[in-house]
Amino acid sequence: MFDYSMAEIGNIVVMQAFSGLSLFSVLLLMALGLAIIFGQMGVINMAHGEFMAIGAYTTVFLSKVAETYGIVNYYFLFAIVIAFIIAFIIGYIIEFALIRHLYKRPLDTLLATWGLSLVMQQIFRSTFGAKEVSAVLPEWLMGSFQPTPDIDIPINGVFVLALALVVTVGVYIFMFRSRWGLRVRATVQNRVMAGAVGINTKKVDRVTFALGCGIAGVAGAAFTTIASTGPTTGSLYIVDSFMVVVFGGAASILGTIASAFGIAQAQSILQFFMTSSMGKVATLMVIVGILMMRPEGLFASKVRK
Amino acid sequence: MSNNTRRHFITKTGALMGALLAAGMISGSAFAADFPTAKVNTTKLAVTDTTVKVGILHSSTGTMAISETGSIQAEKLAIAQINAMGGVLGRKIEVIQEDGASDWPTFAEKSKKLLVNDKVATVFGCWTSASRKAVLPVFEKENGLLFYPTFYEGLEQSKNVFYTGQEATQQILAGLDWIAKEKKAKTFYLIGSDYIWPRTSMKIARKHIEQKLGGKVVGEEYIALGDTQFGSVINKIKLKKPDVIYAAVVGGSNVAWFKQLNAAGLNSKKQNMLTISVTEDEVLGIGGENLEGFYSAMKYFQSLKNPNNEKFVAEFKKMWGPKSVIGDVTQAAYLGPWLWKAAVERAGSFDVDKAAAALPGYELKTAPEGYVKVDPNHHLESKLRVGKWLANGQAEVVYESDLIKPDPFPKGYQ
Repeated sequence: MFDYSMAEIGNIVVMQAFSGLSLFSVLLLMALGLAIIFGQMGVINMAHGEFMAIGAYTTVFLSKVAETYGIVNYYFLFAIVIAFIIAFIIGYIIEFALIRHLYKRPLDTLLATWGLSLVMQQIFRSTFGAKEVSAVLPEWLMGSFQPTPDIDIPINGVFVLALALVVTVGVYIFMFRSRWGLRVRATVQNRVMAGAVGINTKKVDRVTFALGCGIAGVAGAAFTTIASTGPTTGSLYIVDSFMVVVFGGAASILGTIASAFGIAQAQSILQFFMTSSMGKVATLMVIVGILMMRPEGLFASKVRK
Repeated sequence: MSNNTRRHFITKTGALMGALLAAGMISGSAFAADFPTAKVNTTKLAVTDTTVKVGILHSSTGTMAISETGSIQAEKLAIAQINAMGGVLGRKIEVIQEDGASDWPTFAEKSKKLLVNDKVATVFGCWTSASRKAVLPVFEKENGLLFYPTFYEGLEQSKNVFYTGQEATQQILAGLDWIAKEKKAKTFYLIGSDYIWPRTSMKIARKHIEQKLGGKVVGEEYIALGDTQFGSVINKIKLKKPDVIYAAVVGGSNVAWFKQLNAAGLNSKKQNMLTISVTEDEVLGIGGENLEGFYSAMKYFQSLKNPNNEKFVAEFKKMWGPKSVIGDVTQAAYLGPWLWKAAVERAGSFDVDKAAAALPGYELKTAPEGYVKVDPNHHLESKLRVGKWLANGQAEVVYESDLIKPDPFPKGYQ
């Protein structure tokens, strides 16, 4: 590292810090929806990645529409909202048709949602084709922001970071500051008692599941700025999502945030000093080590057993 | 879905054959009567007096479907054209298509089915090296014939396989020579996905850069397959400031790599890059605007200007739709059926041993890439081209090498 001037090293430190933050926001967006479903309902949703793909395909489709009407610069924020709504509705239907029959059999939900993910992948392939597609991005999302000539901060990274913060705050308000959140938390803590005081726990389940799916849709829409969309896009994200949720402690949203931050910083720094694949291996080893000492994750859940 | 596709295929094939008939292109085809079945088929292959069965074995489902679809389309186009000309030794080609489903054991199982149950005369198929390695023992044991279309890492040669893509040295050396001269490049940063093809290719590239070009490799990096986060790698590149990034990133990572490179301000105005893993197929996903000005080293680009290619592109689009694009491997897959036809006709027999022995030395002058010659080592002698990507997703060919002899076991590069 001694071949470089202080200024060069300073620039790299700034850009490296941002790349860590950017990875953090990606992991957080991926994991939030899963954390809600897994943490609050105990459902292991293997089709989480496919809900991201729904969001991504929605964005790609809308970008094509926007291109025909020449409104590429404005559609993107709109697309995120639509992606949320579509993923929410599909999640709502799937909870009704499939998930609610399996609440007493958590391992079966794992198999059923995995099967669901395969079905959804094939539907994407038949509908949108096997080839990967990209959304046409508005110009303001491309390129980089340069505070000095030697520092480039990717604008899409800033955008994903901002979106991750907005979604997290939204989830926090929903879970801890609204009547709905109160009902959800009550159901998680004691389902029978919650039912007894007049909470429609079935409806709570349905909305919670749909909300998790909707957030996955938002994540998928955001990731079109980073990568492409194909039928199997979702399976690229599912492992990282689970890693963040399990490491953070299943039932805790704060744990998910801390875990995403920790993993992102560790990975980004290790990847800079080692090679890329070795950096990832080292990160995983650290996670395995910590989970061996704290099997319940960083933040233990306070669910009544 | 598969029924639908087949019906679609037959309709289109019919239309194409009609068109060819109308154009009076059927000429001088051999009549089956001149080649009695008992004589041209001594090994009990699925050959009758009027038909011959061949296999197509690619992934039409799973991760690799993205890449392999183009190869399937090209092979079907070539077979339709050959049938319209009267077939092979007067026999119409019938295709049995199997799906490898992006799963290597499935490839092995299906190849066994094609060779043992269906007794196909040849198979056009496989895409990844992993799938080829999985079927290779089957082809050698059952004495089948395989035409393999993908550019690959080399280090293989089998009497049962013809490799219609380039092996590593054909794709790497001339491209590096060109960019070292053209851009006066001295420092190189090597980056690839983490599996056998990029690792073998980078090994060859590093040796060539250090020993032949007198350059320096300032970084070598492998990315886990499917990884989409390049922030740290890009920062390292910015710190090292290489003259050229030499890239072999594949699949979903490829798109993320180019998008993030652009977002980090490393576009072609600031950074030279030569990649060996981007064809027109990949550009669809990456987006031309993210690639503009970067270079690819391939043997074929859709924009090649020669009469063979113009005809090929027009007929491909007629059969598979005006929006379809043709990448390097798709063209190489298209060569397979034509080379097999030549092999059988030169041998006067469908027998695998005779056909395989007859093919080396054959020159295919109607190839869309211009001209190829089959080498005794079962690879093709071909040219290397460097294409500069344009925003519209097509490449402008900026360099064309002489014909390069294939050398799957390069001395001094291992």
